[in-house]
Amino acid sequence: MALLEIRNLHVNVEGTEILKGVDLTIDTGKVHAIMGPNGGGKSTLAKALVGDEAYEITEGEVLYDGKDLLEMDPEERAREGVFLGFQYPVEIPGVSNTYFLKAAVNAMRKHRGEGEIDAMEFLELVRERAKRVKLDESLLQRPVNEGFSGGEKKRNEIFHMSVLEPKLGILDETDSGLDIDALRIVSEGVNAMRDGERSFMVITHYQRLLEHIVPDVVHVLVNGRIVKTGGKELAQELEDKGYEGFDEAAA
Amino acid sequence: MSASTETIERFTQKGYEAGFVTDVEEDRVPPGLNEDVIRQISAKKNEPEWMLEWRLKAYRNWLTMREPDWQYVHYDPIDFQAISYYAAPKRDEDRPESLDDIDPEIKATYDKLGIPLHEQEQLAGVSNVAVDAVFDSVSVATSYKEKLAEQGIIFCSMSEAVQNHPELVHKYLGTVIPYNDNYFAGLNSAVFTDGSFVYIPKGVRCPMELSTYFRINAANTGQFERTLIIAEDSSYVSYLEGCTAPMRDENQLHAAVVELVALDDAEIKYSTVQNWYPGDKEGKGGVYNFVTKRGLCAGDNSKISWTQVETGSAITWKYPSVVMRGDNSVGEFYSVAVTRLRQQADTGTKMTHIGKNTKSTIVSKGISAQEGEQVYRGLVRITPTAENARNYSQCDSMLMGSECGAHTFPYLDVNNSTAQLEHEATTSKIGEDQILYCTSRGISPEDAVSLIVNGFCKEVFRELPMEFAVEAQKLLEVTLEDSVG
Ligand SMILES: Nc1ncnc2c1ncn2[C@@H]1O[C@H](COP(=O)(O)OP(=O)(O)O)[C@@H](O)[C@H]1O
Ligand SMILES: [Mg+2]
Repeated sequence: MALLEIRNLHVNVEGTEILKGVDLTIDTGKVHAIMGPNGGGKSTLAKALVGDEAYEITEGEVLYDGKDLLEMDPEERAREGVFLGFQYPVEIPGVSNTYFLKAAVNAMRKHRGEGEIDAMEFLELVRERAKRVKLDESLLQRPVNEGFSGGEKKRNEIFHMSVLEPKLGILDETDSGLDIDALRIVSEGVNAMRDGERSFMVITHYQRLLEHIVPDVVHVLVNGRIVKTGGKELAQELEDKGYEGFDEAAA
Repeated sequence: MSASTETIERFTQKGYEAGFVTDVEEDRVPPGLNEDVIRQISAKKNEPEWMLEWRLKAYRNWLTMREPDWQYVHYDPIDFQAISYYAAPKRDEDRPESLDDIDPEIKATYDKLGIPLHEQEQLAGVSNVAVDAVFDSVSVATSYKEKLAEQGIIFCSMSEAVQNHPELVHKYLGTVIPYNDNYFAGLNSAVFTDGSFVYIPKGVRCPMELSTYFRINAANTGQFERTLIIAEDSSYVSYLEGCTAPMRDENQLHAAVVELVALDDAEIKYSTVQNWYPGDKEGKGGVYNFVTKRGLCAGDNSKISWTQVETGSAITWKYPSVVMRGDNSVGEFYSVAVTRLRQQADTGTKMTHIGKNTKSTIVSKGISAQEGEQVYRGLVRITPTAENARNYSQCDSMLMGSECGAHTFPYLDVNNSTAQLEHEATTSKIGEDQILYCTSRGISPEDAVSLIVNGFCKEVFRELPMEFAVEAQKLLEVTLEDSVG
């Protein structure tokens, strides 16, 4: 069953066409990797999927769980289970990480017609998930991402994801800036959520992340188009040969 | 226009909730200003001769002063002859004696504003707050008076203080802000009608928050209240001030003076939540809030803190200041100022270090939205006698939208080389990326803006007394948005 179906997606940023017709289908429970050179449009795809207004959809459609995703506001998409781990998470001074997450959790519960989460229950949930991704407990009370190191920010994104438990997790270069230990921890966090029900779109520049999060499908996105799709072995091929040949193919 | 810009727009266009007018019979002096008017005010208040003389001296000096024009605010010249300098809700003869005598209309007004006038309400709702309420020119009720008196604390209207404690008023009035201090303080000295008076005796820790609510109701009136707080050796008091006004097309002048005196080891905490009518979208109407506030740390180890949340007024122009004369004394200023619509604010503080080891902290948070214009203007002055003075200043501005403005003018005047000063300043735009970060986690855009703004102001809100912090946060929310449940 397809969870996400992207058909002929064209996206403009500040008047320039960045995505030039992307087709991509992710089935329930599957992990897809999107690879490609810098500037190819990977983050553009991710931002368009969560509804960033800077990214103008000029053509195409996206079905999520059978519904028109592009019709929904960003918060609706999130409440329906779409999550993006940002490549560059922003800081929100003065708002504690826990307070922020509680607001998010309660917004989602409200959407499902449930009452606010019990304070103790929430605390336990947060502690347990923080432990899972080895997020230092002191980061729970600190303002969201403020003064976090690059690695801490990425880990915090995975932490948010594991608390919010989305149906579709989009991770935009969550591996960049992580050392090998952190990479393993983050990957374990993701793998722990792979339950055959949840789908992932893992965006990465490097093959090494895919040694830990083994994808079902690999796509190569170059110059706004998916130029090749294959199995997990495609990642290794890209690592060995680079993207040069694909650039030409896309041109 | 993008959706989150729309959210910010909606968030900043909230109507003014305190904008109703109350129908009460008024006793007012006809518009105009001259020595006769001042004599009339003084006579209505049955003042002693020295008080009238002081007023007249202030008036004569004021006539020689020029209205200042250095501030970064713009307004049409004020016609001082068009203002009525005295408006009282009832005739003098039936001025309320106790809480039970208050005109039900006025009582209802304060109820509408959520100000707990009756003591029962206070016990049920905002506990531990004694309230003085100033309606137009006169103080209408001071609650908890007896309970405070048991400890020798005086909390009453300025008019009563002039009658019942003339020696204290005479000794301290004008000692921190003299009658010739500046143009608007000079005017206030001549025509002030009421305000609050607080006296905390030696060694007494005031057991409750003292609070005054000011409301301008009558049309074409100015409000010129004068507040004086004296904290004797080793005493402590926390004082709260709140203000609202009805919506009116014409501008109303509010030129208040607040003087604080802290003696040895005393501490005064003064908090303000200012929500005067800001005028409409076109900049019509609204209160001119031209206020002089200054505290004197007269004694060693004394401390004065100003905390303000300024969301109202067409024009706010004030610099709550501290003069640290005692050794080891401390001055603090924590401020959140919001300008939206066509509001203008030129606000900040002045920290004057005179004693040794004096220490001051300035935390200013400015939020500008729509066509709001805002200036932080601060002066840190270290005089030659101030050995080892320290100052920390932090001025952060947040812009919502692209038509508003924020400017920072931090002045330093350092005359002692042992001084240590630290200054930090940031300007940020409430980012679409911050809002997206929140919405993409399921949080509504309205809640996102409120979350971001409250986070920005946190360092100031935590300085407010508990009950007030909640109120201030709510006020900020209703000021800046209209759909948070
Ligand atoms: N917000 C933006 N404003 C302007 N240009 C952008 C923006 N986002 C992306 N771009 C441009 O779109 C192209 C694709 O960028 P991006 O999607 O970030 O690629 P990738 O994530 O694959 O490195 C680049 O040329 C980039 O400069
Ligand atoms: Mg990218």
